[in-house]
Amino acid sequence: MAYSEKVIEHYEHPRNVGNLDKDAPDVGTGIVGAPECGDVMKLQIKVNPQTGVIEDTKFKTFGCGSAIASSSLATEWMKGRTVEEAEAIKNTQIVQELSLPPVKIHCSVLAEDAIKAAIADYKKKQDQQVNQPAAAAAN
Amino acid sequence: MAVEIPIYMDNNATTRVDPRVLEQMLPYFTEKFGNAASRNHSFGWEAEGAVNNARRQFGALIGADPKEILWTGGATESNNLAIKGAAHMYAEKGRHIITSTMEHKAVIDPCKRLAKLGYDVTWLEPDGYGIVYAQQIAEAIRDDTILVTIMWANNEIGTINEVPEIGKVCREKGVIFHTDATQYVGKMPADVNEAGIDLLSASAHKMYGPKGVGVLYVRRRRPRVRLEPIMEGGGHERGMRSGTLNVPGIVGMGAAAEICNNEMANEAIRLAGLSHKLVNGITGQVETAVLNGHPTRRLPHTANLSFPYVEGESLLMALKDIALSSGSACTSASLEPSYILKALGASDELAHSSIRFGLGRFNTEEEVDYVVDKVIHAAQHLLMMSPLYDMVLEGVDLSKVEWAAH
Repeated sequence: MAYSEKVIEHYEHPRNVGNLDKDAPDVGTGIVGAPECGDVMKLQIKVNPQTGVIEDTKFKTFGCGSAIASSSLATEWMKGRTVEEAEAIKNTQIVQELSLPPVKIHCSVLAEDAIKAAIADYKKKQDQQVNQPAAAAAN
Repeated sequence: MAVEIPIYMDNNATTRVDPRVLEQMLPYFTEKFGNAASRNHSFGWEAEGAVNNARRQFGALIGADPKEILWTGGATESNNLAIKGAAHMYAEKGRHIITSTMEHKAVIDPCKRLAKLGYDVTWLEPDGYGIVYAQQIAEAIRDDTILVTIMWANNEIGTINEVPEIGKVCREKGVIFHTDATQYVGKMPADVNEAGIDLLSASAHKMYGPKGVGVLYVRRRRPRVRLEPIMEGGGHERGMRSGTLNVPGIVGMGAAAEICNNEMANEAIRLAGLSHKLVNGITGQVETAVLNGHPTRRLPHTANLSFPYVEGESLLMALKDIALSSGSACTSASLEPSYILKALGASDELAHSSIRFGLGRFNTEEEVDYVVDKVIHAAQHLLMMSPLYDMVLEGVDLSKVEWAAH
C-alpha cells in the first residue's frame, strides 16, 4: 500500500496526541469504531463556553496509517474553530487533503463521525448544565 | 557492518536461492538440457543421472531411499497428490481422514474437497501453543480411517507438532501418515523411518533452492504406499506424476538439500540465537508484546509476535524497510484475521497485529539489531497513540465495551 506524503507525515509526527479530562464540563469526547474492525478513534475537544471556540483538541487512534492521519488532521482543523464550524468538516475534505485511496475512505468517515460524537458529547454536557444550574455553579 | 536496506526477514514465505545452488543448476539450462525421459541418447542419460543424483541428495536429508523421492511442482502439488491420491486409492478401505485446523491451505482445501466428495474429515484443534498431539490422533482414529495428515511445523508460528509420536500411533493402527514438512525439512533433522512417515511434502524454495520444484516422499516398503495420480500422461515418476521433469529445478533442490544436510546443525544454532535475541530484545522493551506458539518447541528461525492494542498495518508501515509478514489479513482486501492465530484462541484484536519474523541463512546479527530497534520504536510510538492501551491501563475490559462499530 503506497501512502501519500501527507499521510506519512501525520503518521510519523501526529499532532495533538493525548488525553483531556473526559469528566470536565467543557470537554467533549467521541469514541468511534471497534477493535475487531481494525479502527478505534478517540477524539476530544475543549471548548470555551463563552465563545464556543474549540481551544484544545486531542486524539488517540488504533488503526492503520490513514486512520491515524485522518484523526490527526481532524484535531488540527478543529482547533481554533467554533463548534459550528467544526461540525461542518466533511470526510471528503479529509480524503482530499490526505489523498486517501478508495479503500481508505472509511478512515475519513470514521474521523467525521468522531468529530460529530465529540461535539454531541460536549453539547449534551452543556444541556445538562443548563438544566442543573446549581451543579454548574459548583463547578 | 552497515545494514543494507531493505532487509529480507520473510524466509518462511520463500528464501533466496543459495548462489552455490544456482551454480549447479545453470549448466542444465543451456548445455545439459536433455529430457530425463529420453532413453536413446547421452543428453537424456545425463539429465536422468542428474535427477537421480538429486533424488539421492534429497533422500539423504530425510533418511529415505532415492527411489522413494517423487518430483513435483512444489509443496502444494505434493500435498494435493498425497491427500487426494491416497484418499482415492484407499477409498474402498474407508473414507475417514484426520487433519487439523492449523494446516496450510494446501492441506485444508484438498481435505475440504474430499469432504464434498463424501469423505468424512476430522478437524483436530491444537492447544493454546498450536501443537497437535499424538494422543489426539490416537483418540480420533477409527476402523475406517485411511489417512492422517498433520504438518511437521507450522508456517505462521513455527510450532513443531508431535510428529514422531503421531507416526508411531499411525503405524500401530495401520493408517497412512502424511506430513507437510515444507517449513521443517532442511532446517531440523528429519528421518522418515524414525518418524513413521509414509508420505512427506517438501518444497525447494523454502530451503534456498528454486521455486517451482517440490518433493513428495512416498514409502515403498512396510507399507508400500500407492497413490492415484492427479497428472496423467506418460507414466513418469512411477506413474504417480506424469510430466517432463524440471531438470534444472530438481538439480537445484538436490543441491539445496545437500547444503542443508551439511550445514543444518550449525545454522540452526546460529538462527536460534538470532531469533532469541530478536524476541528478547523486543519483548524486553515492549511490555505488551507476546510470543505466539510454544516458547521452546519451535523452529529455530521463526518467531511470531503479537502487539496488542496496536493495529497491524500501521505497525508494518513503520517497518517498511523490512520485509516481514503480517498475520493480519488487514493488509489485503479482507479484514479476516489469521485463521491460525484464531485457532490458537487469540482474540480478534490480538490477531490484528501479529508479525512473523522469518530468519534465514543470509540474515546477519546487525540486521536483527536494526529490526529490534525499529520494532521497539514503532510499537512504542503506536502504543502512545492507542486509545485501547489507555483503556486497558485504566482497567477497562475491552471485550465488555460496547463499540460503536460500523
